[in-house]
Amino acid sequence: MEEKELVIIGAGPAGLCAAIEARKKNIDVLIIDENIKPGGQLFKQIHRFFGSKQHMAGIRGITIGEKLLEEVEKLQANVWLDSTAYGIFGNRIAGVIKSRKKNVTVKAKAILIAAGAVENPISFEGWTLPGVMGAGACQTMINIHRVLPGKKALMIGAGNVGLIVAYQMLQAGIEVKAVIEIMPKINGYMVHAAKIKRFGVPIFLSTTILEASGKNEVEAAVICPVDQDYKPILKRTKSLDVDLICIAAGLQPLNELLCQAGCQFTYKPYLGGNVALHNENMETTIDGIFVAGDCSGIEEASTAMEEGKLAGIAIAEKIRKRKWDDEKLEVRNRLNDFRIGTFGEKRKISKMEIEKEYYEKVKN
Amino acid sequence: MKKNDLRIYDHPILGKLPEKKRVSIYFNGRKLIAYEGEMIAAALYANGIRALRKTEKFKQTRGIFCAIGRCTDCVMTVGGIPNIRTCVTPVRNGMKVESQKGRGRWKKKNW
Repeated sequence: MEEKELVIIGAGPAGLCAAIEARKKNIDVLIIDENIKPGGQLFKQIHRFFGSKQHMAGIRGITIGEKLLEEVEKLQANVWLDSTAYGIFGNRIAGVIKSRKKNVTVKAKAILIAAGAVENPISFEGWTLPGVMGAGACQTMINIHRVLPGKKALMIGAGNVGLIVAYQMLQAGIEVKAVIEIMPKINGYMVHAAKIKRFGVPIFLSTTILEASGKNEVEAAVICPVDQDYKPILKRTKSLDVDLICIAAGLQPLNELLCQAGCQFTYKPYLGGNVALHNENMETTIDGIFVAGDCSGIEEASTAMEEGKLAGIAIAEKIRKRKWDDEKLEVRNRLNDFRIGTFGEKRKISKMEIEKEYYEKVKN
Repeated sequence: MKKNDLRIYDHPILGKLPEKKRVSIYFNGRKLIAYEGEMIAAALYANGIRALRKTEKFKQTRGIFCAIGRCTDCVMTVGGIPNIRTCVTPVRNGMKVESQKGRGRWKKKNW
């Protein structure tokens, strides 16, 4: 068994930021990631981030990813790539298949689970056909693999992910036939909706998909408007000539490792579903197990980075038995500044509820 | 763009596709050109192949769904080993990739 002070699972924005903060405080850090390259989903974010300057707004995700990797390398954090953390056992022991070959157990003083999220599917007739995929999956195909998963597309969902990915599909040369949204309004920022409207892409509101048709692959999509009770108005059904259907129906935290570690959960719809209870230091109900990023509730890469920093500092405090309150306050202020607007506000409230529920479960 | 070449050679933000070494892989015995280091599923999609496997009971086709190794919809038999997640497994020169039927069958390792 190997021993480390801090094991971080997931080398995405949250995990990398936590590693940087912990390394600055001279904590012995090991980052484990299943992928061949670090950066999580940052490298498919080719758009400029929003928020204010202190949140690195205006910089593209790919550039932020490169900066983080540079810093991690400079600070000499250990990174195991192509290595799957398959379990958390009692007393903070992580089970890892290192480089897809060797089973290794690592004992740590603290474990940060920053495993990220998984896309929500929605089911409809034909939804399993090749050519139906997550919006994030399409983003990975076009921006990372540089391969078109189809030539003519339908996007389901007009939230930020649906709108941004629809625009990136246009940039990659895919003809986006339409964006449909079952709600009566566009849920994402208008600036993103305007971008695709300028390309002449229609956004059909109060509209759903009935079927993806085709023999072995998607050959068409059948869409239909819905009434006030979200029931399809079948006589207004129409068929779209597409070979690609992308689903942008939100994400949910990847909770397996947190579950296995014995963490307690709460249901928070504005944060993507079941979320591990955690306190203001990102520590879960299990002593020494921390959580950050989408894994602690679905938000943005910008908040994931701040939460990672917060966890990194708090873990260093716990291990070194010291206090860095000023640094934590700065991060918390930035998090608060980011959680504004219709959705940000709801997330902020959900986060506060989580903290409250945490203290109800864990008596000080 | 050639009919079955779905690579994005030029991108307004990402620029030109960097030159990479080409390798050969075999899809159900058919030779295909792939780029060194790219994921198997990406190489297949680039060659216009999207149906990667068939399900056990209803023989339905499946392709990429999540593209990040979570959903296991893209599993194929690679080098005789079934259930390999092709969206997160890179190609190797001479690799034999077969569309998987159902849960697949273990064969002698030969890659």
